[in-house]
Formats: sequence, structure tokens, C-alpha cells
Amino acid sequence: MFDSIIIGGGHNGLVCATYLAKAGQKVVLLEAGDQVGGLAKKREFAQGFNAPVANYVQHFSDQVVKDLGLSKYGYANQGADSPLIAVGSDGQSISVLGDDLEGASDSDQAAYKTLRRSLKKYAKALNSSWNTAIPKVGDNSLREIGVFAKMGLNIRLMGKEDMQEFLRVFSLPMRDLMDENFESPLLKAALSWDGLQGARLAPRSPNSAVLALLLKMSSSTEGGVSLGSSQLISALTQAAIDAGVTIKTNTRVEQVLVSADESTVVATGVKLTDGEHINARRVVSGVDPKSTFMKLVPADYQEIEFIGRIDRFRSKGLVGKLNIALKSTPKFSADVADNGRLILADKMDDIEFAFDDTKYDLPSEHPVLEVTIPSSVDSNVAPAGKALLQANVMYLPQHIEGGWSEQAKLAYVQKLIAVLEKYAPGIGELVEAAELLTPDDLEKEYGVTGGHWHHGEFAADQILMMRPTYGAAQYNSPIENLHLCSAGCHPGGGLMGAAGRNAAKEILR
Amino acid sequence: MTSNLMTSHEAYTNEHGKLSPFHERQAERNVRGAWAEWNGYKFAEYYYDAQYEYFCVRNQCGTYDISPMQKYMIEGEQALAMLNRMVTRDLAKCKVGRAMYTVWCTEEGRLIDDGAVFRLADDKYMLTCGAPMIAWLRRAKLGFTNVTVTDVTDDIAALSIQGPTSYSVLRTLNLTGDDALETLKLFDVREFTFNGKPITVSRTGFTGDLGYELWVDPAHAIELWDAIYAQQDNYGVHPYGEAATDMLRIEAGFIMPFVDFNEAHKTIHFRHDHSPLELNLDWLVNFKKPMFNGKKALLEEAKTGPEYRLVKLDIEGNKPAEEAWLYADKNCTKEIGYVTSAMWSPVAKANIALAMVKPDALKGDIYAEIYYTQELRQKMKVAKCELKDKPFWAPERARAVPPFQY
Ligand SMILES: Cc1cc2nc3c(=O)[nH]c(=O)nc-3n(C[C@H](O)[C@H](O)[C@H](O)COP(=O)(O)OP(=O)(O)OC[C@H]3O[C@@H](n4cnc5c(N)ncnc54)[C@H](O)[C@@H]3O)c2cc1C
Repeated sequence: MFDSIIIGGGHNGLVCATYLAKAGQKVVLLEAGDQVGGLAKKREFAQGFNAPVANYVQHFSDQVVKDLGLSKYGYANQGADSPLIAVGSDGQSISVLGDDLEGASDSDQAAYKTLRRSLKKYAKALNSSWNTAIPKVGDNSLREIGVFAKMGLNIRLMGKEDMQEFLRVFSLPMRDLMDENFESPLLKAALSWDGLQGARLAPRSPNSAVLALLLKMSSSTEGGVSLGSSQLISALTQAAIDAGVTIKTNTRVEQVLVSADESTVVATGVKLTDGEHINARRVVSGVDPKSTFMKLVPADYQEIEFIGRIDRFRSKGLVGKLNIALKSTPKFSADVADNGRLILADKMDDIEFAFDDTKYDLPSEHPVLEVTIPSSVDSNVAPAGKALLQANVMYLPQHIEGGWSEQAKLAYVQKLIAVLEKYAPGIGELVEAAELLTPDDLEKEYGVTGGHWHHGEFAADQILMMRPTYGAAQYNSPIENLHLCSAGCHPGGGLMGAAGRNAAKEILR
Repeated sequence: MTSNLMTSHEAYTNEHGKLSPFHERQAERNVRGAWAEWNGYKFAEYYYDAQYEYFCVRNQCGTYDISPMQKYMIEGEQALAMLNRMVTRDLAKCKVGRAMYTVWCTEEGRLIDDGAVFRLADDKYMLTCGAPMIAWLRRAKLGFTNVTVTDVTDDIAALSIQGPTSYSVLRTLNLTGDDALETLKLFDVREFTFNGKPITVSRTGFTGDLGYELWVDPAHAIELWDAIYAQQDNYGVHPYGEAATDMLRIEAGFIMPFVDFNEAHKTIHFRHDHSPLELNLDWLVNFKKPMFNGKKALLEEAKTGPEYRLVKLDIEGNKPAEEAWLYADKNCTKEIGYVTSAMWSPVAKANIALAMVKPDALKGDIYAEIYYTQELRQKMKVAKCELKDKPFWAPERARAVPPFQY
């Protein structure tokens, strides 16, 4: 009999499993796919090319690195050396790394330093709240008071002026934040990117863009990126195995087994698609909350209001992935570092207009892209001499009129290559193979509802103790011994590991 | 500037009540023009006189138009699972050809509504209730894939025929079916043929007496009506409206929304709605069932006990205790509850009431502070109340199989 079953071997499932195993539990992790890693697992879309969907690491939890001893397995949070590069269609570029700007005006440089200082302060103040369960509101427990007091205190401790400024900007549209600080349209577009990507937000949208940006600045790398997520996944996998976690791949859970008597409804194990039953003292779902409750847990055991709240958990992804196998490393007109993260948008309105189309379930007529060349830093991801290009494409709705047929996708890939051609003339000639993963493909292949970056919008109404919804926001659920640990929980998505760790801490409490 | 104001005849075009399939005949008999509204249907408050209609039902029989009642077909492999998650009773125990009275609650265990579920086939149920429920049913369906919910309110004409001679009237319709009409027990539902057309008959009602509910295609409503009313001289059939129904149901001890309880989804003030335990409907709450909406909350409530209990009172004197406060003492200093429904019951020859009383006060004395007017003078009296377990009206004939014939 297992102490815990973890459903889904995404990075959060791996992290949670490892913490539990390290605490002495007998843990089995069941992954539907042929390997672990979730959206960051290896993906050979063309022979010899490894293109994980989540292909860079930006805010992986320092605490997890430390607790699980990941450095032993070759992973450290250092080396976030991939600059964010604003690339204009006219060949201009501005490069951003850490606190430094290159290619920007003096006044933008000065403004960046000032803003950056504030943002880092806010990010630090929020850090303790990302790394703990947020208690239920109203249980008046010491713990509740403690957690909220600490959140408040951290914000208060920034000092009066910073606090006031934080409270002013935290729900600002990215556009306002950028306009207040910078003059270069190109720079504004690139710096707004991290607040928008992964959410249903454009520069003019209020709500959670600044918070999302701060979430991405939560680790010691302060928002810095390192290309290549495979090292992280292999370190996490090795740590899990060493901690004694039994990992079963190609093992899809069909149903969470629930038993009920007069007074309780309890999860007792899982049923696999091949019919096998596995029992355990508890079941922890690393699958997104909507799939968990709408598909895996039998509806019979769930209260109507609860499942209603899960049903309306907003989780329509808008980011697509473009993977291109290239004959050789492409040459950009602009002077850009090979290991950069290139934002191909001249101004914030380019992003805004790209977003507008999706309001009507259309893919962006003029998509904006975040481009990386992972082969520039890791020779293992492409055959010798060849290059791998990966781009996050904004914005792509999951469902479009007529559906994402192969034809529609091919046509869209052509459109994307045409965009790239503007920035790297001749790149079309280098293409050996290309694939576009729409949010719909991501849902089908990775089991993530809506193919959503965060498993569900990271937005004011869906964060903290409302994530994914009350009744399941403390990594538990209305069903006893059924827990959650995925990006759909607090604090949210991205390769971070905080949800997995917080869940384990709650389970072990 | 042109005015957008509608002319008076246009203004309410869509506001006129829908007409029931029985309307044509009912309108002929609504001699007082006493129309009310129920779920958007034009609906009789009474036809001639409420008291008279009440006596018709108790002594002969009456018809009550339940076409405006909301009716939903719930069909598919998961129909039972879906309904069983929603309602407090165990519908697995409801066999094909049976109906069950039940309630359903919010996750806080507060009553959304009550109604009847008819099991028409293995995977086919009809749910009927007093108020529109489609929004809730759609939510109650979430998570189930093999079930459909269809609002069939306008597709079925339904007529309730209640009272001692109701069976005798129906006998003359020469209904043919697998089972004889006389074999129907309380809460049985059967398919029959009437003049070559299908008709569903259930032995159900809201009067506590012998009675049936008839469900037909609206196209055959008038034909059915005429066949029933052809028996008027023999068995005394008379239509009755909302007012008589209210008297009949109080005697039978049945609760009424917005009179005895406030539907949870339409309640704003905290705890101004009710739990089934408060309404003394414990017998409808099956805690043995693995899950139903509100179970967790109701289990908690059962532990501490409900805040109120709905009870039946026999009150001294003959002044109906409408809207009376209840006290533990004759001087009316210790308030213990309030009356929800009250009337002078002609059949029980008693001054009866349904009332909400704090459970720990049920062991002691109960006094009602009754206000009434006498020739425009305001009067008040304090009357002693006696608790009653049984409904005030539950004659043997309501259950007898075969039913009594006249
Ligand atoms: C296009 C795109 C690009 C992204 N790029 C980045 C990036 O570069 N950097 C970054 O930090 N973040 C990125 N993200 C976000 C990041 O990928 C997610 O937030 C993160 O993967 C969430 O991790 P997780 O462990 O919670 O869940 P997932 O990674 O979604 O893992 C869930 C796992 O559960 C498994 N599973 C599902 N159903 C079942 C079942 N029934 N039985 C068994 N197993 C099951 C799945 O196969 C999967 O392995 C990106 C997201 C998208 C959509």
C-alpha cells in the first residue's frame, strides 16, 4: 500500500513526490506520457531535435533547489544569462540583462534602473506568500492570521513610499506602467512581455500583469532566464528516484477512486486506463484542477456549487508553440546574442492588436513572437551543425472557426515563417521541419485544460485563496485525502516548483 | 425627436400570461375573472368561490390545472446519478413506474425547492416543481456527460383531479393499459391509452386525499377535459384554483414556497432560508446515501440540531392564527417561534396551523398571539396551542387500493 499516489509527472508532481518520499512516505508517481517533465518534457519533433514546450527556466524556486539538493544532480539557478532582446522590424535592438540595458537611450536606462529597483523590492516582499499555502479566509486560526500578517508586514516593511507605490501599480495595465517609465516603443513592448505571456492579457488589460511579472521575478535570478529546461527536469527526476519515488510512465489515470460512507467521502486510490486499481492513503493530483475534478473524480461525489466553480475556472490558453528544425543557425538582421530571448514586436500596440483578434476566436492576424535558439547553448538539442528555433506565439485561441485543421496549421506556420523572414532574411530556406502546437494540441497531448500556461488564468479572481477556487485552495479538496499540486494551485504556473512544494508541506503538516 | 414609447397595446405584448392547454374551458368557468399568474401562465386564483371549491374537493372532486408546474425530462445513462447527487432522497429506490416526493439543497444544506420525481423508464425521469429550475439543473448536470435535461413544461398538459369521486370519474374514461387503473397505489405512475391517445396517470396530488394527476399531449387537453366534465352531473366535478389548494394542502400538512419556506436561491438575508431538518423533512434526507448536495452541512446541522422545527398546531378557539408569534408563556414574554400557515379547517373542525418553533421549546407550553379584526376593530387574543404529529386530514380513502367507488 502506498502512502501517496501522485497523478502526473509534471515538474510540480515530481517536486511534490520527492518531498513526500524524503519525509519517509512510500510514493508512486503515475505519468500518462512516455516520460516525465510535463510541458517541459523532452520532445523530439524532428529527428535529433529536442524541443520541450516549456523550454527555458525563469523562476524555479531556490528553496526547492536547496531542499532537494538539485545541485548534486547538475542543476543550479545560476547562469540565467539569456538576455531579453527587443528586436525591431527595422533592425534595431535593445538588450536587457539583469539591471542593465544595452542600446537604449540614457533616460530609458535610468528609468529602467529605478523601476527595476522597485520591482525587485516588490518581488521580494511577495516571495513569502508564493511559498506557502494561503489559508482559508475566515477560519480565524493562528495560522491564517500569521500568513496574512506576514504578507501585510512584508509589504509594509518596504517602507511607506514603496508600499504606496506597490499598491498603486500592482493591478496597472502593463501599458500604463511602461508609458510612465520609458520612451522607446520597442523597449516598452519587450519589457511588458513577461507580464502578459501566459495570460489572457494584452498591454491595455488591467488585472494581474504586474503580479505575473513579479511572480516571474520570484527566484534569485530575479526574472533572468536560462535556455534549456531539460537539465532541470533530469535533475528533478533523478532526485525523485533517489528519494525512493516509484515512477511509472505510460500509465494514465482514468479515475480517482472514491469511497463514501454515511459521514465521509474519501479518495482511496486510482483506476488506470488499463483497468488496474492502485490504492493509497492519499491521492495527489498534479493534473490541472479542471481535468482533475471534471474528468478524473466521479461527479457523483462532488457538490454542485463546487464543481460549478471549477467549471468556470478560466483556463483558455492563448500561447502556441512553434518549433523549427533549421539547417544552420539563422542570421538576424539586428545584432542579437545567440542565446537571447527575442521579442519580435515594434510597439505595445502590435501586441494589443494581436490580442484583439482572439476576442473573436481568431488567431492573431499579425502574431507576436518570443524567439529562442536553444541549440546556441546546448549542443544536445539539435544534430551537429544544425539549429533549433523555438518560439512562443501570441495569441492563438484553442478553438477557431472551422477548427485547427492540419491545413489551417500549415497555413499559420507559413505566416509565422514569413514573420521570422522579416527579422532573419533567408531563414525560410533553412527550415527542415516545423511544427505548431496550438493550445488545443497542448490540451490533447499534455492533458492540460485549454493548453493553459498556468493551468488556469493567473488573475485577481483566481489567485491566492481563490486558486483554483475556495474549497480546494489549500492543496486539498472537498474529498478527503485528495490533494492538488499543479500549476492550477497557488501560486501558479511556470517552471517554479512552488505549488508542488507547498502541497507537500500541507500534506505533511 | 421621435419617441420610442410604445403604444399601450404594444407595451405588454409579451407580458400577457401564456394560456394553459385547458384555458379555453377554464375561462368559461372562471365566472369571477379571478386570474392570477403562475410561471408565466394565466392561472385561476379561484373560479367561483374558494370555500366552495374546497368543499367540492373534500366531498366530490375537483380539477386543478398543473400545466404551469415546471416539468423537466432527465434522460440518459447518468440520469439517476445526476439526480441522486442533487436530491436528498435515494432515487435508486424509486422503481420504474413510481414517483417520489423529495427536496434539493444548496451545498450549505438550505432548501432550494421541493418537487416530485417520476421514474418513467430505466434511464428516464421527469422532475416537477413549482418554480423554474433549469438553471440549477444545468449546474447539477456538471461533471456528467451521459445525461440530458429538457424543459418540457410547455409540451405536457397536466391536470390534477382530486377528491373522493376522482377515481369514479376516471373509471368512466375507459383507460386501457398494462395495469388496471384501480391497481395504482399512492405514488404509482402508469401509461394508459385514452381514446387511442397516450396518457400518463400518477396517483399523486397536493390535497392529502384520493386523487390523480393526468399528463397528456396539449393537443388532447380539451378532449380529456370534456370527457371528465361529462361526468359532472354524476360525480360533481368542479375546477378549483390557487386559494382552495392552499386550504387543502395545509390540512394535508404540505409546505408551500414563500409561505412556509423561502427558496434558498431567492433568499438574501442570512438564514432566512431553511434546511430540510428545520422543515421537519428528516424523512426525506437519506444520510445513508454516499453523497448528495448539502450532505456535509446537514450532517453538521443534525449534530447540533436545527434552529427551528416546522410543527403542526391545533389552536384553541376559531380565530386563524395567521402570522402569529408564538410564546412559551401566556404573557407572551418568551418568544419561541412563528406561524407560517393557518386556517380554520372545516374537515378537522379545528383551528390549525403550521409553525416554526425553536426545538427546545417544543416540550413546554405554546401560546399564539393572534391578531384579528372585528368590524374594523383591532383585536388580539392569546390562544393555547397543542402539538399534532399527524396531518389534520389523512383519510383512509387517500391510500386505499382499490380506491373507493361512488
Ligand atoms: C506554450 C507554453 C510554453 C511555456 N513555456 C514555458 C517556459 O519556457 N518556461 C516556464 O517556466 N514555463 C513555461 N510554460 C508554463 C509551464 O509549462 C507550466 O506552467 C508548467 O509546465 C506546469 O507544470 P505542472 O507540473 O504543474 O503541470 P504539467 O507540466 O502540465 O504536467 C502535468 C502532467 O500530468 C500528466 N497527466 C495529465 N493527465 C494525466 C492522467 N490522467 N494520468 C497521468 N498523468 C496525467 C501530463 O502528461 C503532464 O506530464 C509554458 C507553457 C506553455 C503552454
